Amino acid sequence: MAVISENGANTRNLITRLWSNRETRSVIIQIVTLTVIFATLAFIFRNVVINLDARGKEFNFDFLFHPAAYDITFSPFIEYSSRSTHLRAAVVGILNTLLVAACGIVLATLLGFIMGILRLSSNWIVNRTVYCFLEFTRNVPVLLHILFVHGLIVIQLPVPKKAVNLADSFFLTNRGFFIPKPVWESGSGLVAVVLLISIAFVVLFKRWAKKAQDSTGRVYPVLGISTGVIVGATALAFLAADMPLSWNIPELRGFNFSGGIAIKPEFIALWLALSYYTSSFIAEIVRGGILAISHGQTEAAHALGLRPNRTLQLIIIPQALRVIVPPLASQYLNLTKNSSLAIAIGYMDVVATVGGITLMQTGKEMETMIIVLLTYLVFSLIISGFMNLYNKKMALVER
Amino acid sequence: MPTIATDGIAEDKIRHPTKKLTISEEVAIEMVAVHKWYGEFHVLKDINLTVNAGERIVICGPSGSGKSTLIRCINRLEEHQKGKIVVDGVELTSNLKNVEIIRSEVGIVFQQFNLFPHLTVLENCSLAPIWVRKMRKAEAEEIAMKYLERVRIPEQAAKYPGQLSGGQQQRVAIARSLCMNPRIMLFDEPTSALDPEMIKEVLDVMVELAESGMTMLCVTHEMGFATAVANRVIFMDFGEIIEQNEPHNFFNNPQSERTKLFLSQILHH
Repeated sequence: MAVISENGANTRNLITRLWSNRETRSVIIQIVTLTVIFATLAFIFRNVVINLDARGKEFNFDFLFHPAAYDITFSPFIEYSSRSTHLRAAVVGILNTLLVAACGIVLATLLGFIMGILRLSSNWIVNRTVYCFLEFTRNVPVLLHILFVHGLIVIQLPVPKKAVNLADSFFLTNRGFFIPKPVWESGSGLVAVVLLISIAFVVLFKRWAKKAQDSTGRVYPVLGISTGVIVGATALAFLAADMPLSWNIPELRGFNFSGGIAIKPEFIALWLALSYYTSSFIAEIVRGGILAISHGQTEAAHALGLRPNRTLQLIIIPQALRVIVPPLASQYLNLTKNSSLAIAIGYMDVVATVGGITLMQTGKEMETMIIVLLTYLVFSLIISGFMNLYNKKMALVER
Repeated sequence: MPTIATDGIAEDKIRHPTKKLTISEEVAIEMVAVHKWYGEFHVLKDINLTVNAGERIVICGPSGSGKSTLIRCINRLEEHQKGKIVVDGVELTSNLKNVEIIRSEVGIVFQQFNLFPHLTVLENCSLAPIWVRKMRKAEAEEIAMKYLERVRIPEQAAKYPGQLSGGQQQRVAIARSLCMNPRIMLFDEPTSALDPEMIKEVLDVMVELAESGMTMLCVTHEMGFATAVANRVIFMDFGEIIEQNEPHNFFNNPQSERTKLFLSQILHH
């Protein structure tokens, strides 16, 4: 090694040798990469400290406990008034984001699977209609879809006095949809208990049926019996408890409806637009997943005498899900993050509350943005965590 | 056993049956004036074929001649549009019950194996007995092990198809069909997707199957196999049965020009 300092040719030689060796090369690359990352982080941190200092700002979260002094029109889960704290406003925002993301994921999955399967239909009209809808939906930005649906509701639907009346219980207006609210009376506890017991029974029955099939060979109609038990037992309990349910039906009072459940137009617009936009991607994923399973699998199952429904249950679905789930997870992540476009139509999600009004009022950009980022990060990590678990469990063994 | 006059492909690599192969009088499959079209394309033209129980038939012919379609019609993986097919006394119609009966009595082995990749070898074999024959799991697994031993891979039972070689996968596929205890076995080019050194292990299993008296219809170009076990070779071209004969005469004394041309092409590479 002493040679290095003595002459330049040897130094160059050494570098060439280190660089052409695969192991030393990867060590060098790692050192350089880490240096760049830490330098960047240090630069950003220093920048923040200097800038906060220059503006005379402190980094703390004290503002969260001060009164927010702004209204949030949509808070279905917790009490909120303008005298509540910024923390409460943040929680309302986070819950609203969760609500629209969860509802969106459910509806998008449902629509996506239906359209994905219809897209495989051999009926030309069905196939083409779905195809046109999917192409149109997928190729228009989601913000336009949100504005479009919001516009439809706010501009095209009538004022409450002339509401679209469905069976005197559901009212569609430009101030939102009004639907009956279930009111549980005494005795409904019994119904809930029976429902829980029948669900527990079904879980046990399913295990028992699997064991019984293993030991006797008899195949039980698990799906039919399970549905029958849950629906039947709950319905019986409901009748036995003298129907402990009444409906609080919305009524027109003055210029608006009161009673029932009011669903704000912003929520409906965001929910529907996110759902059908995302469902068009899910439909393509589902179609791809089913097509990925070769026709030979179906033929082999049929040739063994398995009926079409068993073939689907035992052969096609387990294999298709492996293909469908990973990209499905990223669509769920997309939907959750796209819900931040809520601000365009005034739906009070986490971006509109903490990242919007709270930020404006307190001037705490760093702190509020950290809250918003962490919110999405946590949601996304949870979703992808679940999907990774599933994938690990289902991975095909090869070699 | 007669040796074929031509250069006798792979005559030595096939194990010849040691038992006498018998054919019964009972009719296993009867095809009468069967026609099939794919759109405008006439794939099967007036096929008349009677197969007795215990017969071993090899079907050969150039690609696109309709030989795969012919055997796939027998268990209704393809639908014929005209004519009559009767399998084991049950006629194939659009009656789903009949189709089900026939499918549970006719096994098929595909060129591409078509094993279920998400199930172990043992589960592949016990699946149909459990769900179609409504067998106890233990019983189905016992049968599966019996046939896996017969195709000489019981030690692979817990593995997944992706972990096996092509020859092993094809033997699992044969065992999977046998687990349903079929009366007729169809083979659709069972060795065409295999590496040369794996062909023998699959053919040996098929020879043993022939010894057990199974009715077999086999689409293959393994002429060594045909001379060793077939009692009839059928040559198809353009959707028609051109010629059928017992193997010795078929190879040494082909009647039609098309058969002669085909044989000269596959026997002299």
